[in-house]
Amino acid sequence: MKSGSNLEKVLTSGQFAATGELGPPKSADPEVIRHKAAFLKGITDAVNITDNQTAIVRMSSISVGTMLLGLGVEPTIQMTCRDRNRLAIQSDLLGASALGIKNLLCLTGDHLKFGNHPTARGAHDLDSVQLLSMVKSMRDEKKFACGEEMDVEPRFFIGAAENPFADPFDYRPYRLGKKMAAGADFVQTQLIYNVPKFREFMRRVCDLGLDKKGFILAGVGPIKSIGMARYMQKSVPGMDVPEEVITRLKGVPKEKVREEGIRQCADMIREIREIPGVAGVHVMAIEWEEAVHQIMELAGLLPRPKV
Amino acid sequence: MIKAKQKPIAEIQQLIAPYNNVLVLGCGTCVTISFAGGEKEVAMLASSLRIASAMAGKQHTFTEATVQRQCEWEFIDAIANQIKRADAVLSLACGVGVQALAERYPDKVILPGVNTTFLGMAVEHGVLVERCRACGDCVLGLTAGICPIARCAKNLLNGPCGGSQSGKCEVNPETDCAWQLIYDRLGRLGQLDRLDAIMPPKDWSKDYDGGPRKIVREDLKL
Repeated sequence: MKSGSNLEKVLTSGQFAATGELGPPKSADPEVIRHKAAFLKGITDAVNITDNQTAIVRMSSISVGTMLLGLGVEPTIQMTCRDRNRLAIQSDLLGASALGIKNLLCLTGDHLKFGNHPTARGAHDLDSVQLLSMVKSMRDEKKFACGEEMDVEPRFFIGAAENPFADPFDYRPYRLGKKMAAGADFVQTQLIYNVPKFREFMRRVCDLGLDKKGFILAGVGPIKSIGMARYMQKSVPGMDVPEEVITRLKGVPKEKVREEGIRQCADMIREIREIPGVAGVHVMAIEWEEAVHQIMELAGLLPRPKV
Repeated sequence: MIKAKQKPIAEIQQLIAPYNNVLVLGCGTCVTISFAGGEKEVAMLASSLRIASAMAGKQHTFTEATVQRQCEWEFIDAIANQIKRADAVLSLACGVGVQALAERYPDKVILPGVNTTFLGMAVEHGVLVERCRACGDCVLGLTAGICPIARCAKNLLNGPCGGSQSGKCEVNPETDCAWQLIYDRLGRLGQLDRLDAIMPPKDWSKDYDGGPRKIVREDLKL
């Protein structure tokens, strides 16, 4: 065991894993965390806590992760390269590990332009591949990025993200391989709506033998409204929302779209689960944490394994 | 070359407001080529400022001059008299030229009339693009001659982020994704395997993080 986290145990025991996501509030209110955590407790194997997602300032991932530990929910903290240089990242990760956090997702981070402080200076001291490799050498070699040694190493189950739908498509499986070579034990993908294209991506990933080198969790998420679907389809770079996904939601009365979105997400999980090389799903119900229980139920993923 | 863009006229007017005699000083090298601060731009700006001043019922006078390079002592020494006669100098050179004047003329107010923007080139007439960040540790030999520091908004060294779509950057859909360009060019050169190597963290101490940089060539010193 690298970290001994619940997520690592579920995955290494060969069971299909499911992770959730919790977006911290734009305030210092701990009540929001307790409220959201209640929807996810016992429903997924671990819960990602985003790190200033879309470059908007929010309660920090590590502090929310610490709160989740106290609430009996296993956190996966996220760390981007956008807001911290290598000193700040290492220091925060030492602290996170000391606080008992065991899962870590390493990201480049959304660009500042998309957030609420677009005039800030981005750190980008490291990129996500370099971050993975730094965290791995902290864990496995007890070494800081500068080469100095430490007494007690942070023990993380290390995650990376990959977007199968970004370009160049042909390069994406290799980039995934690069992240695994750098240190990723597991990978969570960008939201998938184009299942055939994801299947092709996974075929290439398996041809490279990458499904044997790490655990690949497919990113899924329910669509709340036709407007949200159109927005993702047209305005979010790197997102691929095929027209038929929207057609299905349009086929129900407006007040039933949310329900249909939940069913559609569950159906997608069932379909994706059959794709060779997929070790689990990462359910991202953005600002809709209460939907996760029903999605997991309909997808046949409850109860969660006890490991 | 160094590329610059003239400051908005309102900002320039605010900068020069306290001074009656202003020398508008152009530079004949980089900013001339980028159409921001050469002789022509000096004439146009001075004339706009004269009109604006007259319309506001003010008595400002604007004189004009352009030197070959504001970043070399010999050229800025040559116009010492004109500079001395002015209350302030509005320099249309890059930040190097502005600072050269400030250093050479310690008692004179020197103001910038352009924003120095980047090191780049005109890819077509009127379209200037950034190509180099002067990071002090060139990686072009590893990236097929396309710079991911100057041309990727996240300074990525290990391939494209998840926002690369149809060859464009998520930060600006008019900007090419540097890593798409690198990928395509490495493919053409038969060197795609180079992408497998993990590029280590960059030594930013050679960039501005190490403080102001200096090159001393003992062999050239007089």
